[in-house]
Amino acid sequence: MSLSEPIPGSTIRAVHDDFHGDLLEVSMGPHHPSTHGVFRMIVTLDGEVVVKLKPVFGYLHRNHEKLAENNAYLASIPYTDRLDYLCSLTNNWAYVHAVEKLSGIEVPERAEYLRVILGELTRLINHCCLVGFLLNDLGTSFTPLLYSLRERERMLDMIEALTGSRMMCNFMRFGGLRTDVSSEWLAQLKTYLDTTFARYLDEQDALLTGNEILLARTQGVGVLKSDLAINAGITGPMLRASGINYDIRKVDKYSIYDRFDFRVPLGDHSDTYDRYMMRMLEMHESVKIIQQAIKDIPEGPFIDPKAKNRGLRPKAGEAYARIEGPKGEIGFHLISDGTGNPYRYRVRPPSLINLTVLEDMCLGQTLADTVIILGSVDIVLGEVDR
Amino acid sequence: MLGTGILKGLYITAKNLVGSYYSSERLTTIQYPEQRAQLPENYRNFPFLVYDGEDAIDGLRCTACKMCEKECPPQCIYIIPERDEKGKLQKKPKVFDIDISVCMGCGICAEVCPFESIKMDHHFEVAQRNRFAGLLLHREQLAKSNKYYHSIRPKEATAVDESLAEEKRKAEEKAKAAAAAKEAAAKAAAAKAADAAKAKTDDLEEKKN
Repeated sequence: MSLSEPIPGSTIRAVHDDFHGDLLEVSMGPHHPSTHGVFRMIVTLDGEVVVKLKPVFGYLHRNHEKLAENNAYLASIPYTDRLDYLCSLTNNWAYVHAVEKLSGIEVPERAEYLRVILGELTRLINHCCLVGFLLNDLGTSFTPLLYSLRERERMLDMIEALTGSRMMCNFMRFGGLRTDVSSEWLAQLKTYLDTTFARYLDEQDALLTGNEILLARTQGVGVLKSDLAINAGITGPMLRASGINYDIRKVDKYSIYDRFDFRVPLGDHSDTYDRYMMRMLEMHESVKIIQQAIKDIPEGPFIDPKAKNRGLRPKAGEAYARIEGPKGEIGFHLISDGTGNPYRYRVRPPSLINLTVLEDMCLGQTLADTVIILGSVDIVLGEVDR
Repeated sequence: MLGTGILKGLYITAKNLVGSYYSSERLTTIQYPEQRAQLPENYRNFPFLVYDGEDAIDGLRCTACKMCEKECPPQCIYIIPERDEKGKLQKKPKVFDIDISVCMGCGICAEVCPFESIKMDHHFEVAQRNRFAGLLLHREQLAKSNKYYHSIRPKEATAVDESLAEEKRKAEEKAKAAAAAKEAAAKAAAAKAADAAKAKTDDLEEKKN
């Protein structure tokens, strides 16, 4: 077959066409600032328009699952910090949730409240990052990014004061948390959210949400149809931007999420702008949840004193537990054979599965748009490659 | 009107630019290393060993039980316990190495240590020219005084000191009680023996009569 004949069964035109010229294959990444890590896209371009996109990942593979299968249950908690390193507390939570389900450990009331507070704080941190980096990808050269990172840094300072580390928290334990959270810390968080963070949200909205250039760049770009989103197993803000009302906090009502009054924002146009707005709106809802939790938090133990952390040997069996992470459904599937380390340990990473529809969103868009479409998917390569 | 969104955004940028000269809320950077941020007490970096008293090696709280070595997720702790000439264990580490090029600072060793010996440090400027040997810390480099521990984590160290004193007091009481019981038992046994002896002599005397 000659180069000037179209490929049978394909929508892509011939690689060489005397009238239109050649198709161009561009390798974006693995070292490209817009891919947010070591991620590579092999993009085939017809002029400026994407006709084919092949994602290549695995450059950051660290053998996470096999490591955990050779480690004690407790020793895997610090490794889960390193999956999605922007939101280590929700990773911790999903993992301890799975182990608690596997070995039937109960969690005290106070610990559940603290987990909700920390989980939602992690969501704020993640969405701050995403909003900043997405706008940076759009070419707003660092102003909104640094405003976002400034707020993130304040929240990380609080997390550091509590857990000892900014990003590698290692804070959740089976049956509760590692240490108790003081009432001063909670008061400090509440004041912060009421004053500085509220101002940040308002400013960020005023800064760019109504900006005409932003609207022109993002509206109608990277549309993800709702049926494709469901079939591909997309979860989290990306799925909700396609108009599907599916939030595991509402569906599963895990932990104590049925006690809080919050709404789930839904998108209408399934485009990049909706995915951006989804994060902005979710931040408001998370702030609401944290405020309610701080108001209602009871006194009591922060960890079940009977729960065994060191040398845990759950009975033979298997468990899958999932939570609504900031990026989507993060789940852990554990199989125990009764020994001190899991027989099988599997992570369901939201970033990886949300990334699978990248080509469908990018086809027919320009090369510059693939950058912001990828940015709106919200991936962290630590979690994609594990 | 087209362009109002852009102008609104520029107003925010201007507010932040001007505000950064007046409000510390809007300017958050500091000039490291001349200026340094205050580390929170809970901050953790790499582990160190606490010793009591003056001598760093004799005063180590570590008993070489190897609990931390076993639980360490990346397996970066190496311990060999001390033995005397007869090969009897001395409850002291002969070798205690931590490879901080492997350590991920998770703090699980400090959490599982039953003797309050291994704690997490605040010292973070650990860059070395020698990549391998320079980052393998030995017993002598790891040992830091209880005073230093108090200086970095005042609240936690005070609580630890109190619990250790309490434990010591309990152990002493127990030892005292045990000693008293032993003495009483010895006395009882002696009395019994005396009784028996007396009975024997009585018997003999009876026989004589």
